[in-house]
Amino acid sequence: MDAESLLLSLELASGSGQGLSPDRRASLLTSLTLVKRDYRFDRVLFWGRILGLVADYYIAQGLSEDQLAPRKTLYRWRRRPEEMATQTSVVKGRFMGDPSHEYEHTEVQKVNEGEKVFEEEVVVQIKEETRLVSVIDQIDKAVAIVPRGALFKTPFGSINVNRTFEGLSLSEAKKLSSYFHFKEPVELKNKTLLEKADMDPSLDFMDSLEHDIPKGSWSIQMERGNALVVLRSLLWPGLTFYHTPRTKNYGYIYVGTGEKNIDLPFML
Amino acid sequence: MGDPPPNPDSPSQPTSSRRNSQLSERWRSQEQPRPQPTVPYEVQQTPPDAQIPRSSQEVVSSQTNLRGWSQRASLTQNENLMFQAEEAQLGGIEYSSLNTGFPSEIQPQPYLSEGRFQVTRDASLMLQQLQQGEGNLFQQLEAAYQEPGANLLGQFTMYQRDLQFGQSAEHGPYLRDDPALQFSPSELGFMPFSMEMPEPEPRELAVQNAKAYLLQTSVNCDLSLYEHLVNLLTKILNQRPENPLFLLESLNRTTQWEWFHPKLDTLRDDPEMQPIYEMAERQKALFGGSGGGEGEQEMEEEVAETAVPNIMEKAFYFEQAGVGLGSDESFRIFMALKQLVEQQPILTCRFWGKILGLSRSYLVAEVEFREGEEEGEEEEMEEMMEGGDVMETHGEEEGEEEEKIPDVIPKPTWKPPPAIPKEESRSGANKYLYFVCNEPGQPWARLPHVTPIQIVQARKIKKFFTGYLDAPVISYPPFPGNEANYLRAQIARISAATQISPLGFYQFGEEEGDEEEEGGAGRDSYEENPDFDGIPVLELVDSMANWVHHTQHILPQGRCTWVNPLQKTEEEEELGEEEEKADEGMEEVEQEVGPPLLTPLSEDAEIMHMSPWTARLSCSLSPQYSVAVVRSNLWPGACAYASGKKFENIYIGWGHKYSPENFNPPLPAPIQQEYPSGPEIMEMSDPTVEEEQALKAAQEQVLAASEEEEEDEDEDEDEDQDD
Repeated sequence: MDAESLLLSLELASGSGQGLSPDRRASLLTSLTLVKRDYRFDRVLFWGRILGLVADYYIAQGLSEDQLAPRKTLYRWRRRPEEMATQTSVVKGRFMGDPSHEYEHTEVQKVNEGEKVFEEEVVVQIKEETRLVSVIDQIDKAVAIVPRGALFKTPFGSINVNRTFEGLSLSEAKKLSSYFHFKEPVELKNKTLLEKADMDPSLDFMDSLEHDIPKGSWSIQMERGNALVVLRSLLWPGLTFYHTPRTKNYGYIYVGTGEKNIDLPFML
Repeated sequence: MGDPPPNPDSPSQPTSSRRNSQLSERWRSQEQPRPQPTVPYEVQQTPPDAQIPRSSQEVVSSQTNLRGWSQRASLTQNENLMFQAEEAQLGGIEYSSLNTGFPSEIQPQPYLSEGRFQVTRDASLMLQQLQQGEGNLFQQLEAAYQEPGANLLGQFTMYQRDLQFGQSAEHGPYLRDDPALQFSPSELGFMPFSMEMPEPEPRELAVQNAKAYLLQTSVNCDLSLYEHLVNLLTKILNQRPENPLFLLESLNRTTQWEWFHPKLDTLRDDPEMQPIYEMAERQKALFGGSGGGEGEQEMEEEVAETAVPNIMEKAFYFEQAGVGLGSDESFRIFMALKQLVEQQPILTCRFWGKILGLSRSYLVAEVEFREGEEEGEEEEMEEMMEGGDVMETHGEEEGEEEEKIPDVIPKPTWKPPPAIPKEESRSGANKYLYFVCNEPGQPWARLPHVTPIQIVQARKIKKFFTGYLDAPVISYPPFPGNEANYLRAQIARISAATQISPLGFYQFGEEEGDEEEEGGAGRDSYEENPDFDGIPVLELVDSMANWVHHTQHILPQGRCTWVNPLQKTEEEEELGEEEEKADEGMEEVEQEVGPPLLTPLSEDAEIMHMSPWTARLSCSLSPQYSVAVVRSNLWPGACAYASGKKFENIYIGWGHKYSPENFNPPLPAPIQQEYPSGPEIMEMSDPTVEEEQALKAAQEQVLAASEEEEEDEDEDEDEDQDD
């Protein structure tokens, strides 16, 4: 959610139960502004909060002019390293809360020595920081969403915030196809010609949520007596997206343990 | 856009002055505002007075004028008769030459109010003028809307080429049979000048084509470009904004929007907003009800304690902890609970929490009825269930009796495990009654009591709640009940695991019996400790031993108090003797024991080397005023706070337990044994035809042999008698 509208956004996203205490809110407001100045971001989003056993991580993201450019993520206002660690998927369990904590994971590796094949147990140490990085990245790629029309693409290819975005209408707000993944599109080229004919190239340049696998991994609800539409991800429980139809308030926040819900197919 | 060669200034200036005068005249002559599409060479008609001086300045050089035209063309976004010609073809304008014929001809034209005809008429006029001028060079104007009207453009290009070379080719594809485009020449107005009109048809056709193209409705809607431009220009001319150039974008957008979103009737409601208004009405009733009854009950309420807890205070503390639903939502919940208390005979009431669902969420209230207010509904339901069971058993017995006569069907040796009786109301897992609703303002629905089998099955499955109480729960192993039962079972599990209080808040009553009572595993009731002083917040956070569970643990059996399923009840003794023997063959079941009530949290089992609880101070910056917050790691979403003498629990989440391992659905049960085969049920193969015939032949032989013997014997007897 945008740092400028943090208070309102937190209020709107409170339906999921997790929020921020007043002291946290106050400190966040000031620190987000400072971050924006120091790092020269165009927009600063408060991404969310990952609950650890000992302490929590508060994560912010900074966006440059081009909205889909790689974002810089900060936790507790320290810039996180850029490298992606794909090996962190083997680490299960909760976050500790201490970025220097190291997870030990024993892998069985086959080592070829001459003609014999040994199986050795190699202990791989993964720092929690890298795990945090990759989890945030996964969550972003999987479930960060924006409503259709909030961003538009100029003919030069850059993506900007649409200042004339008036919000989705009520009927549109209940459909999954009105929301897009906030990342580079992957499935656009797989669409049929008929579908492409209906798409507006300046607005429909990202994947919509319609074809997410597994089907039904999003829960759309109207709250506050139909005045607020809330999407919650079932794949990464804790991600809440809210939008007030016919206004331009929208945003998402992740408050959770940072673990994927692998049991989703059983639960639907 | 190609740059036209600059025309000599001198001829243009007098023409410009003439044009200016022309303009003002024409401007005055305009009586009614009307949409006027920009036509090349007639651009000056449309813009308001403010633009006239500007245009005159731009006339200085045709180049700038061209720019001005193009600007205006793009600004007013009018479709004119745009001749989009390829750059290679066209040179610049010969503005001066064209202009000569311009003013005199235009003047006498009466302007009709209809823009449509105007376009075509002007266009045809212009075309005629163009025809006049030798060496027609059409200016290049960029169309405001770059419509991919390739065909038409191609045709125009062809047309221009033709004109340029003075050829008159037949244009077959222009022919359109659209009566709407026909206009009678009489409406055209008079052309006092006698112009040669060589081959008007192709030109008219081109014009008609252009207009037809403009009138083409877009695929997505019923609006055509033409109509939109008409609307836009009408609007501009009606409202006469100060700086229409800058406002053009927004004007365009609002015009489009208004077309599709007609203003609301005062009589009809907007259909889209209907559900919102309904919900608001219902929620207004929440506030209205309390307001209306306030005057009467004011005195009473001050004196009597209400069953409704102070939700706002608890919401405040939870907010400090970072958990909660938002303050206005909490207030609405408070009002809804108040409504519940008024409707039902409730002794104590508590907001238990919120369970999120797929389409809707549940707000759960935990209540305790007043003494003696037994739930009549429950009893009725139970009777119906028992009646059904009795009927079934009767049916089975009758069936068996009938079948005993002709043939004996082997009875299966499998018997379902004895059903564990559910706990009584107000005890164990059914200590409290739960009401749910989807949103504050909606009526509260009561959840049925939970049975042990439901809890046992609920432990084995993991399903999301949909939000509808009567939705079936499709799972393996099959859950005995619908979503209401599943919800109740999860609520029972969560309550048993996560309802905690500071040590010492509750204490055991003094009138408890021995701990070693049969079927009892400790005391199952507690009461508030009046001497509780409160534990300092820092201590609460440091050690888990300062918190205790104040709900009973649910045994693996599904109950809080142990019941031996093998105890014979009266019903079981009615069965035959054989089955009693089978019972005795079953193994003895061990008594299940769980941790007693008021066990401190430090005794809780760990999850994968992880403590099941996380305790924090709500605000590390001001520890003297902060609140101790404890979060459960086993049931993510369960949270408790304590501060001084106050504490509270809440659950907001999806309603599932946390497990670091993946969920593994149980395998299907092993295949049951078939009935042991014996001679009665052994299948034998039918004899084949040959065998039957052989048998028959053998029998006949035997018969024949015996008959012969008889005959022999008869003969012998006869012979004997003869002698």
